[in-house]
Amino acid sequence: MIQVFAFYLFATLCIFSGAVTILARNPVHSVLWLILAFFNAAGLMVLVGAEFIAMLLVIVYVGAVAVLFLFVVMMLDIDFAELRAGFVKNFPLGLALAAVLFVELFVGLIVRGAGSVALGKADGASAQAADASNIEAIGALLYSRYLFLFEAAGIVLLVAMIGAIVLTHRQRSDTRGQNISKQNARRPEEATVNLQPEVGKGVQI
Amino acid sequence: MTEFFMGLGLSYEWAWGIATICGILLIAFPLMLGVAMIIYADRKIWAAMALRKGPNVVGPLGLLQSFADGLKVFLQETIIPSAANKGLFLIAPIITFTVALMAWAVIPFNSGAVLANINVGLLYVLAISSLGVYGVVIAGWSSNSKYPFFSAMRASAQMISYEVSIGFILICVVLWAGTFNLKDIVEAQRDHVWLINGFVANPLLFPMWVMFLISGMAETARAPFDLTEAESELVAGYQTEYSSMAFALYWLGEYANVLLMCALNAVLFWGGYLPPLDIPVLYLVPGVVWLLLKILFFFFIFSWVKATVPRYRYDQLMRLGWKVFLPVSLLFVFLVSGYLMATRYGV
Repeated sequence: MIQVFAFYLFATLCIFSGAVTILARNPVHSVLWLILAFFNAAGLMVLVGAEFIAMLLVIVYVGAVAVLFLFVVMMLDIDFAELRAGFVKNFPLGLALAAVLFVELFVGLIVRGAGSVALGKADGASAQAADASNIEAIGALLYSRYLFLFEAAGIVLLVAMIGAIVLTHRQRSDTRGQNISKQNARRPEEATVNLQPEVGKGVQI
Repeated sequence: MTEFFMGLGLSYEWAWGIATICGILLIAFPLMLGVAMIIYADRKIWAAMALRKGPNVVGPLGLLQSFADGLKVFLQETIIPSAANKGLFLIAPIITFTVALMAWAVIPFNSGAVLANINVGLLYVLAISSLGVYGVVIAGWSSNSKYPFFSAMRASAQMISYEVSIGFILICVVLWAGTFNLKDIVEAQRDHVWLINGFVANPLLFPMWVMFLISGMAETARAPFDLTEAESELVAGYQTEYSSMAFALYWLGEYANVLLMCALNAVLFWGGYLPPLDIPVLYLVPGVVWLLLKILFFFFIFSWVKATVPRYRYDQLMRLGWKVFLPVSLLFVFLVSGYLMATRYGV
């Protein structure tokens, strides 16, 4: 009973907030609705027993990616007139995209009606028995059967990260950075001098 | 507790529901009371370090000071700036406060006393604590005012930076404990090194604890990392436009978060509800008392640091997070996994 209620709650909120993400005029509101959509999707994951994926969804997408979205979007200077002007220009493109998606959905429904692809049924028969926890099961798969793909994905991400750093890094010669170890290594003897100058005489530094 | 309500003749679903609600209230009410008292303790410790008396007028020894403050704030007018984004402006403090309470669901108070004993407990804590930044960021943006906005920018950059190293530190703990379940992590610390209950006695994990403590201060934006509310630069940071109960919610949420960080220090590195030493006579004291003592001890450290260390400059904060903690924690992930591969699992 409670599962059904929770499912419909999460699913409705997820679809609703997904729709509002597109419909909201203000980009910041869009990002916040997107976060709500992520959150409800995580709730759905918990309901099907994929707690690890749910937590990763929240940590990675809500906790990091959406914060960066928000970071960028918050600094935008929103001009509503300009947004509407772009709407007319991009309308045909959007319409074409919608048509393609609709056709794909339609084809998908026909294929499903034909019943040719034998996917697992939702009766738990094809699912693994729940004697291992989520993390152990995923780990065992990732590090055995999908080891190559896993490591390849890691290398792709590493290269992307290095690429981003190389592209944005610049050496500035006009600013003086702080060298903390040098500061800490400095002793009073080399930084100060104790003099007792005579009256009327200056001090040579 | 579910069995107790089932014994009263309720069906399992109803008994479970009522037991969970009771559990939530059993955690939330003492926590709120604890937050009120810990604010008082914080001010007393801070005052003592500055050779002042601190709050000493309201009630015996000033014990009721927090409640007087709460009443004052409750009776104030809620001011909403006319240029603010009204809905988000009001939601932001609620998010901060709710998130601060949510993470307590998985903290084990005793061997059997945990509200949600889930397998991914540590990930849940990480997920919830990463939500905390939204209360601050939304507040900064929706106030439609300069200083709160700067504060929101700082908060989002700061919390993401320190979450990265916290993630690596937690991986070290998880590798050693072999589980994400917080209760099992506590049990894995039993008699860890020479009768000492706690990963902190482990030479490979002790540096991790020190880094976790410092990162925890940065993550909760406590002094010396309280750049989000640096009064010398940003008035009061993201709270500048807030008044009345909305302001109080930030206040309570902030201290609840600090207590949570103290509890995590205790649970992950100092043996949680276990006594400090694995000696039978110490087990006569209930586990929740040990956990409470550890939380108070860490809170004292937080207050001590707040009272003694000057605030970091922003670039120094970023340097510490990215150039010191990140490489060092990554190195320790490497060392810990290497050591465990060599000893526990065999190469």
